[in-house]
Amino acid sequence: MKAYHFTEMPYPYVPEEVERALSSSRIVVPSKYFDPVKAADLYNRYLDEYEYADELGLDLLLNEHHQTLTCMDVAAPLSAAMLARRTKKANICILGSPIPHRDNPLRVAEEVAMLDVISRGRVISGFVRGVPTETQPSNTNPVLTRERFEEAHDLIVKAWTSHDGPFVWEGRFWQFRYVNVWPRPYQQPHPPIWISGSSVENVPWVADHQYTFASFLTAYDWTETLVNAYRTRCEAKGLPEPGPDKFAYLALCYTAETDEEAQEYGKNLLWYLNRYRHPGFNTPPGYAPPGAIAKMMLGLAGKPYKDSFESLQEKGIVLVGSPETMIKKIKYLHDRCNTGHLLMMNQAGFMSGEKVRRSMELFAREVYPAIKDLGEDRRTRPVQRELAAA
Amino acid sequence: MVFTRSEASVGGVTLEVHHGGSGAPLVLLHDQDVLNQPETQQVARTLAEQFRVVAPSHPGFGGSTLPAWLDSVDDLAYVYLDWLRAEFGGEPVRMMGMGFGGWIAAEIAVRCEDALSALVLVDALGIKVSDRTTSDIADVFAIPGRQLLELTWHDPERGEQAMLMPGVGQPSLDELTVLLRNRQTAALLGWKPYMHNPKLRRRLARISVPTLVVWGESDRVVLPSYGRAYAESIPGARFEVVQAAGHFPYLEQPDELLRLVTPFLVSPPTSEFNGRGPVPTAVSVQGGAR
Repeated sequence: MKAYHFTEMPYPYVPEEVERALSSSRIVVPSKYFDPVKAADLYNRYLDEYEYADELGLDLLLNEHHQTLTCMDVAAPLSAAMLARRTKKANICILGSPIPHRDNPLRVAEEVAMLDVISRGRVISGFVRGVPTETQPSNTNPVLTRERFEEAHDLIVKAWTSHDGPFVWEGRFWQFRYVNVWPRPYQQPHPPIWISGSSVENVPWVADHQYTFASFLTAYDWTETLVNAYRTRCEAKGLPEPGPDKFAYLALCYTAETDEEAQEYGKNLLWYLNRYRHPGFNTPPGYAPPGAIAKMMLGLAGKPYKDSFESLQEKGIVLVGSPETMIKKIKYLHDRCNTGHLLMMNQAGFMSGEKVRRSMELFAREVYPAIKDLGEDRRTRPVQRELAAA
Repeated sequence: MVFTRSEASVGGVTLEVHHGGSGAPLVLLHDQDVLNQPETQQVARTLAEQFRVVAPSHPGFGGSTLPAWLDSVDDLAYVYLDWLRAEFGGEPVRMMGMGFGGWIAAEIAVRCEDALSALVLVDALGIKVSDRTTSDIADVFAIPGRQLLELTWHDPERGEQAMLMPGVGQPSLDELTVLLRNRQTAALLGWKPYMHNPKLRRRLARISVPTLVVWGESDRVVLPSYGRAYAESIPGARFEVVQAAGHFPYLEQPDELLRLVTPFLVSPPTSEFNGRGPVPTAVSVQGGAR
């Protein structure tokens, strides 16, 4: 099992009454509430924490969001670039490039290839469809994100794996007469591709491509469902039994000397879940099927994230404790959900640099050694044949 | 007034069509957030006393299918042109388009001089009037239901009783699913540029049929000033305002709307550029001449 340090790089200093009045933490919060001087301290501290994670032997996870106080990282390739030069060993997982929302997939192909070469093959290239609130910043048609995702993915992979000169691409969304991406990626045939998702409909495509499937805060029950969907698909398609290397899971994490302290300070992680979701931006048309949105609007689907701190822990959305407790919980996660990659949101909201670093240290020194071999003997066998086009 | 429902296959789409009444054909093109149920609407029922009212559900709305290749109002206009020819055998018809349906009607009118004999646009979308930092059309997708009532009804309380929208009223799961599918199709077709075709306003000069543009004075999705600019872009078009009505005057002030549109539709005024001469007056075949 591998563990990845992660923060969304939040800017927590906007007065909560502003968010409440707007019913939103994203899209519409005026940037007059952003103090660049404070933010400079935050950005640099978050990046220091990533470098520290590398020193501790952890891997790194980056993401990007737009127009939100919850995440100041507006370009994962930029943060990845800063870390590629200043870290030595860590894998740098971008999860992910929001490929439907970027104007040109070839820029993604170029940027990731450049990062991969400079880091000498330490990049993991995640692609995401983008959460609903990425709709307004990019103004991408929400009804077409799945189609754009697939065309962008196909173009990027072809660009990475074509080495005989320019090719033509006249797709539905992008048209180029000369595609000839330089540099080539360092890793062959290309960096590992990970896909994040939370609905069963997304899984078959990921399984067919043999990509690692990452689920964020999806709780033990639902994660099991997703993992089983991946397994079932592999079986149906004659693909190898997926090992833990195919499954990544993100939880809100805090390790402390004692369980009491972990329970106490760990509550600061809830800042991330307690932000405001504007009803006008949260379910753009076409993001989910009309029937699913209808059920949600009529209260027929469950309400996420309104649980108590205890309940979130029972569900596996929050993992906090002393090192012994964390070992137990992570083993449970691995056994139940076949998790091979533990994505750890170690920092949220107002959590201080000092506390976060201490948590990372305790984890690296007392938890990680006990879990890093989990699942190593069950890695997915490589696919022996070319996957036929779906 | 009884409306019947049928299906028409045209250009790769299966359209759900509601028909009622008899006489000269009058095509009604519905708005995006209004369920296409003419039998429930006083304006449609009353017009069906003098016309053969034909109300299709746009591809991707109501019971009409949506092929994967159809992703623009341009596509939609051509489907409807095919349908008009198939349904009416090449005879020009009267058409009233409301909101999003008004955009479609305008796109039909600029493409084909022979499709229509008269055109009514009610609080229509589709053109760009203002500058690049001003949106003419409110972002209905980002506005929760209750607030959207305030933009679309002069009397939002009445609106809450009168119609179902996502977040408004008490729709059943099935009704809400239809409303949301309609929304999804509207988003597919009108997301960017937002609810308009940047080329359309210039092309309105091609419209060669008598045109009446009607607007609710309290419409805050598209303001009356936008409507006035729309009318001024269509040669010879007349512009009328319905008092105490918002974006849906045919729901909020049906009598007043009928007062404005019925004489126009019965006897569209001759216009100098319309070289074909006067449009035949619609004669009702029910209950004697009017």
